[in-house]
Amino acid sequence: MSQADLTMDGHPTGPIAGIERPFSIPTKKLAMWLFIIADTMTFAACLVAYGFVRNGSATWPRPFPSITNVASMTFILLTSSLTMLIGSRSANKGDKAGAFRWIMITALLGIAFAFLHLREWSELIDKGMTLFKNPWGDPLFGASFFSITGLHLTHVTAGVIALIVVGLRYKGGRYNADDIEVLGLYWHFVDLVWMFVVPLVYLLNLAH
Amino acid sequence: MTTSDAHKNSGIGKDMIVYVCLLALAGLQFVIAYQNLDPAQMLTRMLAVAFVEAGLAVLFFMHLWTEKRSFVVFVLVFTIFVLLTMQYGWTDSTRMVVGAPFSR
Repeated sequence: MSQADLTMDGHPTGPIAGIERPFSIPTKKLAMWLFIIADTMTFAACLVAYGFVRNGSATWPRPFPSITNVASMTFILLTSSLTMLIGSRSANKGDKAGAFRWIMITALLGIAFAFLHLREWSELIDKGMTLFKNPWGDPLFGASFFSITGLHLTHVTAGVIALIVVGLRYKGGRYNADDIEVLGLYWHFVDLVWMFVVPLVYLLNLAH
Repeated sequence: MTTSDAHKNSGIGKDMIVYVCLLALAGLQFVIAYQNLDPAQMLTRMLAVAFVEAGLAVLFFMHLWTEKRSFVVFVLVFTIFVLLTMQYGWTDSTRMVVGAPFSR
């Protein structure tokens, strides 16, 4: 299929226009769902590997004295999902200014999440935690912690960049409401992954 | 591109309810973390809550609920099958406590 056979929103035109789309789902949306399924496997593999080494360790560290930081991060990320939904609804209603505003609020919440995350990393590094050692116990903790939270933080950072770029292009008329919805799928997925990272990586390792 | 009319026409009220439920469930995970449970029980309860949270997010925030049934079945069957196949090695992790040098 050449680029000429596609409209701006990814719908086929010309000789392939009559071909039915899989599951009757728009092309970009299906592509995002397939990416999400693949990314689910990536995160699941990381979390299973983490559980494996944690279960196999007699001296697994419990370095988190408080839930304040992780609770704040969870609240921010959940709220950003809501603001993303409101932005997507505004876009569906044709409210460009409202949609752009809510998308930028979502991006700001993502930045706040990343800031709290990096601050937490900095504190742990100051306490002597690296990829290969830590002062509390099993050295694999650092590698698994930084890998999982780093992968998630990478997704959040990519999401923030995408929110800003897609938001600006939507405001400029190059993208439409469906692009906002597809981006929303990605952002909700990042939120969904965090729901599993929190109990496994943080709450099971509270120092109490 | 089209989205389902059910999603487009539904109000913000349902989203707010789901959001509050997700906050409450996240809070429940924190409450479980401070209970005096053995790690296996704690893990089971936290994961159960996490799966409910994930289900709500996928169905209502990601609007899988309003997609075609065939697509829902495709996503669920494929994802659950692969996730389950990742669980085959857990018994070996218990052996690592005494057997694997890199866990020391």
